[in-house]
Amino acid sequence: MTETPDIKIPVSGIGIRHKARATVALIGNPNAGKSTLFNRLTGLRQTTANFPGVTVEKHLGTVQLEHSAINLVDLPGVYSLDGHSADERIAVDVTLGRVAGTERPSGLLVVIDATHIYQGLYLLEQLLELQLPTMVALTMIDAATASGITIDVEGLQTALGGIPVFPVSSISGHGLDELKAGLEDITTIDTPDIPASWPEFSETARQLTRQLGDDWQRIDVIQALLQTHPDLAGKLSQQLGAETVASLREKLFGDSPPAAAEARHRYHWVKGVIEEVQEQAPLYRKVGVRLVRWTNQPWPATLLFFAVLILVFQAVFTWATPMMDAIDATSSQLGRWLVTQMGHNAFSSFLADGVIAGVGSVIIFLPQILILFLFIIILEDTGYLARTSFLMDRVMRSVGLSGQSVIPMLSSFACAVPSIMATRVIPDRKDRIATILAAPFMTCSARLPIYALLIAAFVPNDPVGWMNLQGLVLFGLYLLGILGGLGTALLLKSSALKGPKPRFILALPEFRKPNLQTVAIKLYGRGRIFLKRAGTVIFVIAIGVWALAYFPRMDVAQYQLTQVVNPESSQFERDNAQAAAQMSQSWLGRIGRKIEPVFKPLGWDWRVSSAVISGFPAREVVVAVMGTIYAVGSEADDQSLSQKLRSATWPDGRLIFTLPMVLGLLVFYAWCLQCVATLATIRRETNGWRWPIFAWVYMTSIGYGGAFVIYQVGSML
Amino acid sequence: MTLADLAPGDTATLKQINTTDPGVIRLMVLGMVEDITVRLENIAIGGDPLEVGFFGSSISLRKEQARYFEVTRIPASD
Repeated sequence: MTETPDIKIPVSGIGIRHKARATVALIGNPNAGKSTLFNRLTGLRQTTANFPGVTVEKHLGTVQLEHSAINLVDLPGVYSLDGHSADERIAVDVTLGRVAGTERPSGLLVVIDATHIYQGLYLLEQLLELQLPTMVALTMIDAATASGITIDVEGLQTALGGIPVFPVSSISGHGLDELKAGLEDITTIDTPDIPASWPEFSETARQLTRQLGDDWQRIDVIQALLQTHPDLAGKLSQQLGAETVASLREKLFGDSPPAAAEARHRYHWVKGVIEEVQEQAPLYRKVGVRLVRWTNQPWPATLLFFAVLILVFQAVFTWATPMMDAIDATSSQLGRWLVTQMGHNAFSSFLADGVIAGVGSVIIFLPQILILFLFIIILEDTGYLARTSFLMDRVMRSVGLSGQSVIPMLSSFACAVPSIMATRVIPDRKDRIATILAAPFMTCSARLPIYALLIAAFVPNDPVGWMNLQGLVLFGLYLLGILGGLGTALLLKSSALKGPKPRFILALPEFRKPNLQTVAIKLYGRGRIFLKRAGTVIFVIAIGVWALAYFPRMDVAQYQLTQVVNPESSQFERDNAQAAAQMSQSWLGRIGRKIEPVFKPLGWDWRVSSAVISGFPAREVVVAVMGTIYAVGSEADDQSLSQKLRSATWPDGRLIFTLPMVLGLLVFYAWCLQCVATLATIRRETNGWRWPIFAWVYMTSIGYGGAFVIYQVGSML
Repeated sequence: MTLADLAPGDTATLKQINTTDPGVIRLMVLGMVEDITVRLENIAIGGDPLEVGFFGSSISLRKEQARYFEVTRIPASD
């Protein structure tokens, strides 16, 4: 007899999956709680991609409603539709249906932060000119209440010409059901024909649209009049005559720039609405708010900044170590196990030394990168990163940049790839390129293995004050990277990238508790991007290096030679001797010997040269290659590799690794651009080969130059 | 008197705005228009940039742009 299990499924939990029938664009100011609301509405039913042709991320998700479903496109946070930055241009173009591959939205969900509706209402009034069904989500309503703000929602709705306003809190979930019910009927919403903030202007635009005919929409006319879209402005002058347009502009804007006139008119109206619908209780400030205000003061804020910086570095370098050791141990054990199972042959070597070692060399950086990203995302989510820019603006000004370059440079200490992508917030192209070229100088986590190896082997562990000499050298290398980056920015900003003095106009968001779901989703996204972008490149290189070192194979006679050198030696030593002999006659070894003359002025022999060459695509493979070349096997612990390096000699018996040579090698690593992933990212973000080629030539030259000067001068002393 | 002459904690009303600098127009788009009341929240170490608060928002700007905003200081009431 079979028993039927009694399964109870909550009916609300199953729901019926509807197919989305409309696309709604989610738009609002930066930090208005847009992403949190998006995650809350779509859950994990979302995808992230780039808008075609631009490096702006496109988040797409589906919202399941009770009777239907809609697609939600999350647009970048914007303050206005005037196209100030790449993000703003894409937001406008998506809402207008100008972006290929993205359906024109049939409605807008405008997100306004209840704690500062001032800028939110300004954007909303601009959006109403699009004449799309529009509704408002008034987010952070409980935060507003907590800070003594009451908003008369009905009054606001009336002032906006009747479009629905839903107060919600994405944290507590308050109001979300009503919002979802509202979304169900979004396409039937009547948007006022003439938004209330600047009726003369809207009316003029409406009449012109009728007069101009079918290929003009009202927003086109508006962009033409405001001169925010040069092509449309030209077309308008052509159709109406330049004089008519000029007199229209004079009538509407007087003698001020169009954007200034628009701001004056609309904000004047917004101010009136706020006086009518918003009440601010007499300022009572909670302890927390007062504490945040105190820490925002110059000195406490700067001290806090350095404390946070130290904490982050401490976390990245100590918390990650056990995980990195575990990954390292697992991948080498797996490799060894494979070789014992399959025997020594080309295929097992390919799997163990190529594939597994390659994958291992990528994921070993994942713990550090995830920890660093976790901190950066939390700092971003709390609004602290923007504060950092404010504090460091003064320093960045001295090299011709602004505080907005601080965030990319800080994240470059983990990896230059995401940091170069983070430069998108910098509005000026020249400032952005200068930042992109400075970022790869920061000491990324891939430089650490070689620093650690060389410092441990050649720098004595003597105490110097409260630090020790090894720590001091490592600190010096970090400093060298920072100086290289800032010096490069200064150089470029006073020559090739000379431009107007950067302005530092930035909204400083209020301190806010981080939202766990948002942090988790962002961390997952960035981790995946890292594995995909950096992973594929490093992986391919590791296999390439493996092939160069594996082929051509030694013949049997040579092999036997390595086995009879010393009959007393252990199997392990004989294996190592064999590996070294193989390396010396492999393609990699041959290339190393060919290019030895190039690096001889730096004091490098063919072995160091070929290790460095193999590191050009991805610098972190150097330690493994050195291990193989110096015949300790790539699995050797650092101890034995250090000893081998210390006793390595030229054919005439002189030591190779002298102090000047080692210091030069360290400087070379601090400044040289040995990372294909970084080059590929620079190419993508600057839209061409010019800057990546420049970056590579420039950084390689000064790395070589620095090592040359140190070795030559040091050897003379 | 301009916005650049205020001390931390001062409140003032924005009066004449000189729109010849593109940065100033950006600040207007962010809401810094005539007749609104602003508070100078903080000045970074070194005397620049400034943090200005209005209607619950905070905006940072440099002194170069702050000089384009004529203000009338509101005397502290207590």
